[in-house]
Amino acid sequence: MKAIVNISLKAGVLDSQGKAVHHALDSLHFNNVDDVRVGKQIVLKLDETDKEKAMSEVTKMCEELLANTVIEDYDIELV
Amino acid sequence: MKVTILQFPGTNCEYDTQHSFERLGATTEILWHKSETIPADTDLLVVAGGFSYGDYLRSGAIARFSPVMKAVSTYASNGGKVLGICNGFQVLTEAGLLPGALKRNDGLHFISKHHHLKVINNDNIFLKELECGDVVNIPIAHHDGNYYIDEAGLKDLEANNQILLKYTDEKGEIKNPNGSVESIAGVCNKEKNVFGLMPHPERAMENLLGSDDGVKMLQGFFQA
Repeated sequence: MKAIVNISLKAGVLDSQGKAVHHALDSLHFNNVDDVRVGKQIVLKLDETDKEKAMSEVTKMCEELLANTVIEDYDIELV
Repeated sequence: MKVTILQFPGTNCEYDTQHSFERLGATTEILWHKSETIPADTDLLVVAGGFSYGDYLRSGAIARFSPVMKAVSTYASNGGKVLGICNGFQVLTEAGLLPGALKRNDGLHFISKHHHLKVINNDNIFLKELECGDVVNIPIAHHDGNYYIDEAGLKDLEANNQILLKYTDEKGEIKNPNGSVESIAGVCNKEKNVFGLMPHPERAMENLLGSDDGVKMLQGFFQA
């Protein structure tokens, strides 16, 4: 099983990279973009078949290491 | 006075830090991160600057799990004095020994230059040689120095005099180089034995090199 973890800055925490990308898109005349958030994706190949177990393990990984929950949110997708 | 300086793979300020403290009369030891103990005679533990583990994942995120860090936590919770400079500050926030987090600079650039800082609180061992409102000139060199803390956390910092330094101009007026909340450059924990700052006092030890304002800062630790 694979776990896809998406990490992004929390809502309310200024995302300077997102802002810079938004600005660049604007200057390329893509004027229909409301907001840009830049995050990172971590893909884990898991030796686990039980979805519930996998979810709880990856949640622990996020809390302990993968995300800094002071400034970041994470989202886990199992495939 | 014995200063122990932590060294991770990618640390690069350990020798400057050693030189600075030795010039002030301390004996020093550089401690590789694989050590599971901290020398018993340590009076001050410094987490030096650099790019531990190449800043992979987040600055300080991997170093925080190095074998030595358990001993650092124990040392700090027993009242031992800890100073984190630059990457050391990032490591201490990641480890939960200091509040808040350090984000990418708002301008997205790595900033390397001298900057003025104003002393906000001096009721702690680190800055007691300086007066509140004093302005010092100290180099900064960082990509992720944008201090973030939520509103509740900021109130706590203010209520407990935990804000050490703010970025200003030479007159002490707020001038924010990286987007830090309230222009914060350094903080300490509630117990005032763990200190962290992004600027490098160990690089401001002689006028010939631009400033010796770091001397007064580091000297604070000598009169415990």
